[in-house]
Amino acid sequence: MTLAKAQPILEAREVTRTFRSGRRCITALASVNLAIFHDGVVGLIGPDGAGKTTFMRLAAGLLRPDSGEIRIQGVSTRDQALTIQSRIGYMPQRFGLYTDLTVRENLDLYADLQGVAPARRSARYDALMQMTGLGAFQRRLAGKLSGGMKQKLGLACTLVQPKELLLLDEPTVGVDPVSRRELWQIIDRLVEQEQITVLLSTAYMDEAERCRYVFVLNNGCVLSHGEPQALCSRMQGHGYAASAPGMHRRALQGHLVRAPGVLDAVIEREWLRVVTEPTLTPERLKGRAGVPGLELNPLPARFEDAFIAEFRAVSSRWRTTVSGWTPLQPDGGLETVIQVNALERRFGDFQAVRDLSFEVYRGEIFGLLGANGAGKSTTFRMLCGLLPPSSGELSVGGVDLRRASAAARARIGYVSQSFALYGQLTVTQNLRFFANIYNLRGGRRRERIDWALDGFELRALANVDAEDLSLGFKQRLALATALLHQPEILFLDEPTSGVDPLARREFWELINALAEYGVTVLVTTHFMEEADYCDRLVIMAGGQLLALGTPESIKRQVAGGRSELPSMEEAFITLVESPQEELR
Amino acid sequence: MIKTSALGWVNRMQRLQGLLRKEFLQIVRDPSSIAIAFVMPMVLLLLFGYGVSLNARNVPVALVIDQPSGVAADFAGSFRQSEYLSVVQLPNMHVGKRALRAHRVDAVIHLRSQFAREVQAGRSAPIQVLLNGVDANTARIIRGYIEGSLSRWLQQRAERQGQQAARPVMLASRIWFNANVRSRNYLVPGLIAVIMTLIGAMLTALVVAREWERGTMEALMVTPVTIGEVLLGKLLPYFLLGMGGMATSVAMALWLFDVPLRGSVWVLFAVSAVFMLAALGMGLLISVSSRSQFVAGQAAIVSTFLPAFLLSGFIFDIHSMTGPIRLLTYLVPARYFVSFLQTGFLAGDVWPVIFVDVSALAIMAAILLGITLRRSRKRLD
Repeated sequence: MTLAKAQPILEAREVTRTFRSGRRCITALASVNLAIFHDGVVGLIGPDGAGKTTFMRLAAGLLRPDSGEIRIQGVSTRDQALTIQSRIGYMPQRFGLYTDLTVRENLDLYADLQGVAPARRSARYDALMQMTGLGAFQRRLAGKLSGGMKQKLGLACTLVQPKELLLLDEPTVGVDPVSRRELWQIIDRLVEQEQITVLLSTAYMDEAERCRYVFVLNNGCVLSHGEPQALCSRMQGHGYAASAPGMHRRALQGHLVRAPGVLDAVIEREWLRVVTEPTLTPERLKGRAGVPGLELNPLPARFEDAFIAEFRAVSSRWRTTVSGWTPLQPDGGLETVIQVNALERRFGDFQAVRDLSFEVYRGEIFGLLGANGAGKSTTFRMLCGLLPPSSGELSVGGVDLRRASAAARARIGYVSQSFALYGQLTVTQNLRFFANIYNLRGGRRRERIDWALDGFELRALANVDAEDLSLGFKQRLALATALLHQPEILFLDEPTSGVDPLARREFWELINALAEYGVTVLVTTHFMEEADYCDRLVIMAGGQLLALGTPESIKRQVAGGRSELPSMEEAFITLVESPQEELR
Repeated sequence: MIKTSALGWVNRMQRLQGLLRKEFLQIVRDPSSIAIAFVMPMVLLLLFGYGVSLNARNVPVALVIDQPSGVAADFAGSFRQSEYLSVVQLPNMHVGKRALRAHRVDAVIHLRSQFAREVQAGRSAPIQVLLNGVDANTARIIRGYIEGSLSRWLQQRAERQGQQAARPVMLASRIWFNANVRSRNYLVPGLIAVIMTLIGAMLTALVVAREWERGTMEALMVTPVTIGEVLLGKLLPYFLLGMGGMATSVAMALWLFDVPLRGSVWVLFAVSAVFMLAALGMGLLISVSSRSQFVAGQAAIVSTFLPAFLLSGFIFDIHSMTGPIRLLTYLVPARYFVSFLQTGFLAGDVWPVIFVDVSALAIMAAILLGITLRRSRKRLD
């Protein structure tokens, strides 16, 4: 398949790059070797902090390697950055669109900078507008585009001059599923029509499967590489859909996730997806799990299995014990903890949330799903008492948090998307500060801080400044600070955005355990597969509720009469694109 | 793929044109740069033009006369005529001291009970003057006014009594350049230097940092654009914006505050252009080393705006500064510009002054822009 005899379009030899952060020296890339041939979309797959962005910047000539060399079409990035920059297209993670300029003006700017002759522009613009579907928005300010449209415009600006090699740094991060699918269609079309080679970095495992070849990056090293199907096939026959009659998926997950030989156990659709080590047969797994009536049905392997297997081998997992909460009484019945009734919020003449009603019960994991701009963050802020509603009622734990006393607020834990941590304070100092805020004193304070340090495996990093932590550890610390005072209700705003699959699994294990102890969890996310972790959820679009119910009931609603249920992502796309849109 | 130099030149102009168009559109659409360039100068000029005055006029002074008499009344009458002093008569020293402590008056003049007797007897008659010395400068000025009023009274008295006082020395004072001694006449020209520093250095540093923060700089960096073009694309628009702010300030100075402009307008604009380059150089240099708007703003205030305010001689006289501080003022571009402006507005085109100031500004602009160009790299590290 690969034209091995051809000269590689991009070749990295022994590339090492380090960064200095305070007194610490961080190795972003360590002796990376890779070669990319004219081969369609090549993926650079890895968790956050693996070195993907550093590699992209090195390849674009924006950074110099400490040692080693990257050559693009035989030209070294080290001393001929300008030559390379005229040959490649590069779209940084946060593409710099000028928000005060219109779509057309942004295109004009990049056409000027890329030296596109005025005579050739209109044909090129037409092609790009058709490809991105932005034609109707040419006179709109870039700042007023949705997240997905911004990404498409960024791509169009990068491509205004046709290039042979395109570097895309996490182009789909923070983009809703609909736009994500459209972006991939654009990329595939580009490869087909313009014979472009694309190097694309991503942390989404399902995107790896759309690449023709992938490099898996971890901790600055290439862990493995190959065609995704080949990497997948190693795991073939070791994945099962596990279910047990009368047992909740979450409880089953609790049993299986720690069974020896189990590499992965995640809630997926109506079952639990279990991946085992090759030596573990289904019969032996049944024996070890000790779950009566456990059913295991083989599932086809997917790229994520291979990824998780690779990563389990090189990284440790954290195991938090839930302590300090009293278990939920099984006979407790349904106790409403959060109530939202006809909630509305307007900003000027823009209706961010309209006529939203739902209830959340004790011990429930309740999800708020939606594309960017669907109104989920606005809803979230109103629930937390950070934003007053325009009309409607809401109560959290029986009170409106905007008017609630400090005591009522102390029952709430909150993890914001940006992790409210003090960067210049150490891990311990952050914990102490939040313990003081929540009025924890003396022995109890010490006990809870010890719990956080041990339970979240932060002990070794106790004296590291919070800003020097990796994203995964920042997330752990943020969660630990929110749980210090043992809240009954936990608000999580996009808690797993940008966090690698392993950290995400561990995070959800803890959230599941908390829910078992009766903690009510309200979570916003745009990871559709995480929707399956929720007991119930609402899907929002254009500020209003599209669907409410258990993941299964929502999928059933979309499936109509078909027996095969769609995935959450498919269900979401169908719902958002359905004719309810006319209500907007 | 060897490009002819003519094609290279066309591409270069096209890139620069693209950058300039982008910058102008941003300036027009983002109210904050317009505000800094035009509204801020107006606010500062109005504040300083109307609010701040270094003249002492109608200074409240208390007069305490222990024993009323014709002589004392004559003395008081003479003081009341002074346009600088506003005299109130208080019954006794106790009340007078209290008024001084409560800041109701800035000075107390005390005529003791034997004053009239001693004056009439031709003996020396001491007068007590209490001054609020907290603000030493103002105290000194008020003392001067009081002494002036006193000597005028003595002179009038002598003339009325028909004695031609024997005065071997006559003081005939004439104030040059600012005959009315209006502080506004030198504050407003000086303020123009501060305003242009603000636009040139602060605005430029902020807009470049904004490009880093929003990620637009990274996207620019991977296009074939050169760093020189990026810098020029910032330099030209903000040069024009700065000159616009300058023109606004000059117009306000001339038509609103009636500050005379004795030098030539053309010289004024030529020297301002050189200063503008130095200010832009400072701004761009700050932007090279700071990539967040917050840090850039702080750095610009501390390293350009405050020195222009404090060390340029705009308000605080450079000659009365201590040695090391005075040396420091030579490094502040605004110092030369303030010197030029105050000369240009109040005295006219004094070529020796202009030559020194312009040379200093041109050297500074060349050094600052040179360092900026050398230190800017098309890289992120």
